Amino acid sequence: MQKVSQQQLIDKAVSLLADGTVSCVLGWTKGEFDYDITPALFTDEASLRQGFVWNDFCGANFSKYLVAKTRKCEGKILVFLKPCDTYSFNQLLTEHRFDREKVYAVGIPCEGMADIDKVKAICGDGISSIDCNGEKMAVQTIYEDAPVQVDASSVLAERCINCKSKKHVAYDELMGDEGDVIDSARFDEVAKLEAMTPDERFTFWQNELSRCIRCNACRDACPACTCEVCVFNNPKSGVENKSPANSFEEKMFHIIRAFHVAGRCTDCGECSRVCPQNIPLHLLNRKFIKDMNECYGEYQAGAEVGSRAPLVNYTTDDLEPGEVFNGRDSDA
Amino acid sequence: MQVKEFKPLIVAFCCNWCSYAGADLAGNNRLNYPAEVKIIRVPCSCRVNPMFILRAFQRGADGVILCGCHPGDCHYTSGNYYTRRRMAMLFSMLDFLGIERERTRVEWVSAAEGAKFSAVMTDFAATVKALGENKRLEDLRCKK
Repeated sequence: MQKVSQQQLIDKAVSLLADGTVSCVLGWTKGEFDYDITPALFTDEASLRQGFVWNDFCGANFSKYLVAKTRKCEGKILVFLKPCDTYSFNQLLTEHRFDREKVYAVGIPCEGMADIDKVKAICGDGISSIDCNGEKMAVQTIYEDAPVQVDASSVLAERCINCKSKKHVAYDELMGDEGDVIDSARFDEVAKLEAMTPDERFTFWQNELSRCIRCNACRDACPACTCEVCVFNNPKSGVENKSPANSFEEKMFHIIRAFHVAGRCTDCGECSRVCPQNIPLHLLNRKFIKDMNECYGEYQAGAEVGSRAPLVNYTTDDLEPGEVFNGRDSDA
Repeated sequence: MQVKEFKPLIVAFCCNWCSYAGADLAGNNRLNYPAEVKIIRVPCSCRVNPMFILRAFQRGADGVILCGCHPGDCHYTSGNYYTRRRMAMLFSMLDFLGIERERTRVEWVSAAEGAKFSAVMTDFAATVKALGENKRLEDLRCKK
């Protein structure tokens, strides 16, 4: 259950629409099922009261949507930002991707989002409705008479278990507390992989990446990937939209995708959330973040507007490319 | 049956201002370096996009070496400082995916270091030869 209720958010949106502060509201609405919440744009009170949703499945990071929406909408847009979304918000402002004047950001606390696959693992398939308003999540399936009560903390998404920060770093108005940065164990999984032998790592990634169907969802959902023309859309590149022809293309796509957001990735975990094949893509991003923290000093993308990422910066005494392996286990 | 000796294919990206001139000097001085090394001239070592390196592997390279001016000597003042960070991160990522870390290397070779160029290439070619064929980053469609 989230701290701020859906009703409170709707009331807030309605009042801001009524007094003319904003002209439209970027919010979530129900998709085909209760758990596939999709982003939507609301412009009047009736549609807000009818369609606006806020629950444990509102994972979508809205910062990226602002890039396109601020160009289309007249007047200001009201956007609700969870703590991790505010980092992406700042990062996009750093890159001058949208006009800050056209956005009215309301920070909302987040208790972590649920992973539907974990819910399905407990309740099975055939979920007809989910009620997230009680202490426990009430999951109704078509095979059972009574809803199954699921503890929300047991179905938290991986990115929320290792939440890096509940602090809002950008907002015009805040509902609830500002929150704090959390000392999370988000690099543990990366460290575990680093401790493996190269052969084991290769097998692990071959196994994970071979599931890739090149739907490009990771790229499309990523708030750091906002190029108008993407390198992977170039028809002459040989890696344009299509399923990977062989294992080289999978690796190439994922290495380059992660590299292109290195230093700008705020570790919001959208890539892994949207992946239909459940590839742990955030591990690639976290590997870059971990490396940059270790080699060039701690850096959190989006923590403040205007900060300079490690890869667009340098010092004269950086370590040599061959030296990054010093102190790590060698293959021998 | 005679087994064909493995000859690695090595792609060397050389910066126009230092390493390419260094290779030239090696030639002028009659210093040998392995014939498997194919040089691609780039305006600056920071011209090399990570995609170039992956692409070289795709098209059949067994090792990729990137040569540039010594840090501080870049013709464009700071290009090789960016290269250094970029390649450190890329190589670390390749290693993370289980690809042999000896297949990629960055060396700083100035225009006066013909002997170093020759030594570096000989050493790198021997390392790659010992590793054998590039299997982990190969594209079967590009194999002859």
